Amino acid sequence: MVITSRSTINSVFFLILDFISVGCLFIMVGAEFLGMIILIVYVGAVAVLFLFVVMMLNVAEQKQSWFIGKKSTHIPIGLIVSVLILLELLVVVGGWKYKDDLMSSSTLNLSDISNTHQLGLVMYTDYILFFQLAGVILLLSMIGAILLTFRQRKGVKKQSYFNQISRNPSSSIELRDVENNKGVKIDD
Amino acid sequence: MIEIGLGHYLSLGAIIFFLGVIGIFLNRKNVIVILMSIELILLSVNINLISFSIFSGDIVGQIFTMLILTVAAAEAAIGLAIIVIYYRNRGSIRVEDIHGMKG
Repeated sequence: MVITSRSTINSVFFLILDFISVGCLFIMVGAEFLGMIILIVYVGAVAVLFLFVVMMLNVAEQKQSWFIGKKSTHIPIGLIVSVLILLELLVVVGGWKYKDDLMSSSTLNLSDISNTHQLGLVMYTDYILFFQLAGVILLLSMIGAILLTFRQRKGVKKQSYFNQISRNPSSSIELRDVENNKGVKIDD
Repeated sequence: MIEIGLGHYLSLGAIIFFLGVIGIFLNRKNVIVILMSIELILLSVNINLISFSIFSGDIVGQIFTMLILTVAAAEAAIGLAIIVIYYRNRGSIRVEDIHGMKG
């Protein structure tokens, strides 16, 4: 549904539905913290970002079925590649045999503390470097997005602090003698 | 009543990965759908990591999932910013219009 919808806005809504379902799956399987993070970050931030961009860019007139395009030579190639990849993945998953000691290789699975507590115990001690790298990546993406979309408009009156502070009375006040029955022409 | 096991989660991850790949290949509309397909692929990777992490009792997979989430959010922000400035310059974000990468 995400990839076959006619309009982009419908695919964004299906993407949100997909994220919500996967977040519920994560909560049910036992990873509560990551499920809630998926719900908050994806549904709350990323999907709304997509929605904003779709609404801002006005792509409604670009609706076009992807079957009636011009000579679309890459569609059958894409179908073949995708079906092959899916078949390989299903074969690998279907022929999977567990090792017997897979379930018992627990490094930290104390059942009396919560999932968030476990994550915190490992993340802030063993993986503190990766945690800080993630912070740096977020900062870089924020700076990059702001720099990319920043533009200086013409004709917008802005406050110039330097000119404002560096004024002095001798250059900004002018005294004139006003004659009778005549106004003063203020030069602009 | 079947029991939901590791294989079911891996199958779900495989299907979502397949949907993302087919969405990239079959796209003829615009670049935003390609970005959403990339998000789908990252989501399937997250599903695999979390299911292995839960079913083998190791917490490290969930930490890698958080890092992937961070990278996915950053990538979405940067990609959407690029799309916005491209639309501002060219006025179109259709896929077949973008072949003028000549600097």
